[in-house]
Amino acid sequence: MTKIEAVIQTSKLEAVKMALHEIGVEGMTVFEARGHGRQKGHTEVYRGREYTVDLIPKIKLELVVADDLTEKVVQAITSAARTGKIGDGKIFLSRIDQAIRIRNDERGERAL
Amino acid sequence: MRKCLVTCFAIFLLLFVALSLSAQTSKADSDRIAKLEQQVADAKGSADNSWMLTSSGLVLMMTGPGLALFYGGLVRKKNVLATMMQSFAMMALITVLWALFGYSLSFGAGNGFVGDFHHLFLNGVGSQPDPDYSPTIPQQTFMVYQLMFAIITPALITGAFAERMKFSAMVIFMVLWSVVVYDPMAHMVWGKGGLLNAALGGRFPTLDFAGGTVVHVTSGVSALVCAIYLGRRLGYPREAMLPHSVVLSFVGACLLWVGWFGFNAGSALAAGSLATSAFVATHFAAAAAVVGWAGAEWVRNGKPSALGAISGAVAGLVAITPAAGFVNPMAALFIGLAAGVFCYLMVAKVKARLGYDDSLDAFGVHGAGGTLGALLTGVFASSAVNPIFKDAQRNVLASGLIEGNTHQLLNQFVGVAIAWALAGVGTLIILKIVDATVGLRVSEEHEIQGLDLSQHGEEGYYWEVST
Repeated sequence: MTKIEAVIQTSKLEAVKMALHEIGVEGMTVFEARGHGRQKGHTEVYRGREYTVDLIPKIKLELVVADDLTEKVVQAITSAARTGKIGDGKIFLSRIDQAIRIRNDERGERAL
Repeated sequence: MRKCLVTCFAIFLLLFVALSLSAQTSKADSDRIAKLEQQVADAKGSADNSWMLTSSGLVLMMTGPGLALFYGGLVRKKNVLATMMQSFAMMALITVLWALFGYSLSFGAGNGFVGDFHHLFLNGVGSQPDPDYSPTIPQQTFMVYQLMFAIITPALITGAFAERMKFSAMVIFMVLWSVVVYDPMAHMVWGKGGLLNAALGGRFPTLDFAGGTVVHVTSGVSALVCAIYLGRRLGYPREAMLPHSVVLSFVGACLLWVGWFGFNAGSALAAGSLATSAFVATHFAAAAAVVGWAGAEWVRNGKPSALGAISGAVAGLVAITPAAGFVNPMAALFIGLAAGVFCYLMVAKVKARLGYDDSLDAFGVHGAGGTLGALLTGVFASSAVNPIFKDAQRNVLASGLIEGNTHQLLNQFVGVAIAWALAGVGTLIILKIVDATVGLRVSEEHEIQGLDLSQHGEEGYYWEVST
């Protein structure tokens, strides 16, 4: 099993969700996040005082999938979330040892 | 001969009957006229009273929710309730003081500087008008209208020490401030025998229609002293302290704009054409000041901000406060535009250069805008709008500088200088007293935690997992 964490532009959430549904992904968890990579923030001015806002609102998706689906999911996210500009986000993959469905104690890929 | 006598007697009789009849009708007529006059006076009294009660409500609305929202939105999330509470507390505290002795100290006859105890516990303040102040409305209406001014003035100061003052210290400070600064200043400008009273023969007649000196200069200058004495907030100016909700401030500013019609047009103390004139001037100045402030931002930053637009409106309303009721609409436009640009520069440039932390710009808007407005009143006051100065033969005299009354600008300076001095010295003394007794600032730990939790034991926005 693989955990896929994707940080994407907030405006791309709907497109990514649809792309994932199309390839049969059934579950995901979405967070409203703030952060920045190479993308610089922007400045805001309140009564003449300038503030640099470098933590920009982002969406973080988290989903755990069976290994054979991993590459398809990565493809779906990158193609749906890409604008080609700085700030499109990143995807991180990591191995998952175990998954447990709370309702009936199912284990492994069956619990996904 | 006899015939002649009879004729004479007949004529005499006729005359007598006619005269007595006409005497009767003229008595009936004069009764009717007196009754009519009374009814006309009653009708005017009712009309004036309804406007003045409406205005009283409008001015209270400026403090809560107007100012509470305006200031509440500008602070960080952890201080929103504490900031709103500081305004709301004035609605309660100052009302009690006003009933006990505040009204008497402000509007009792007294001397040139302060009233007396004649109206202690509102003694003698009832349905009869006080002809010196407002001949057509009950003195009780005048009293409650003036109360709303006494409430908002100290509430304005709270913007300077937002996010760092103990609630207990604020309560004691405001009680003392109301007695030491507000009541004497209101008496000097508006009270019988007041040193600066332009309508009742003061020594230095200062034109202040609705409180440019009494409300805005006193609160603004006191705010500056508070900001400097208390020192900066932890982390200022290194850390970003963004307004947590410009949306709340926006709603608040719009309520302030509407409420200000009660503040300024109500200060005509009647529902006649002078109220209209003040209403129009108020609105025009606010609009021009939005153009001034947001325009200055647009030029300097490339963008006009919502916060700039609403701050500009307040600055314009502040500056027109002393002038409304004395100036024509074109002068109001000029005063508003000037205040928008001037207050923007005070807030964006001067504050940053001098380094004091007037957190919500109580001085930059009210102190600066009030001073500018009070001085410009001396320039633009027009006897055609309001014939305030008359000679012994009741001939109307020139009002402002433009009309040729060069003296008036000097009088305005005297009024402003006295307001600055009284507010500055009074505030400093009160701060020292409160500092030495309960202490002014919250602990560092409490400041980081936020005043909502540390001072009031609650949170403005409680995050709860939905169940």
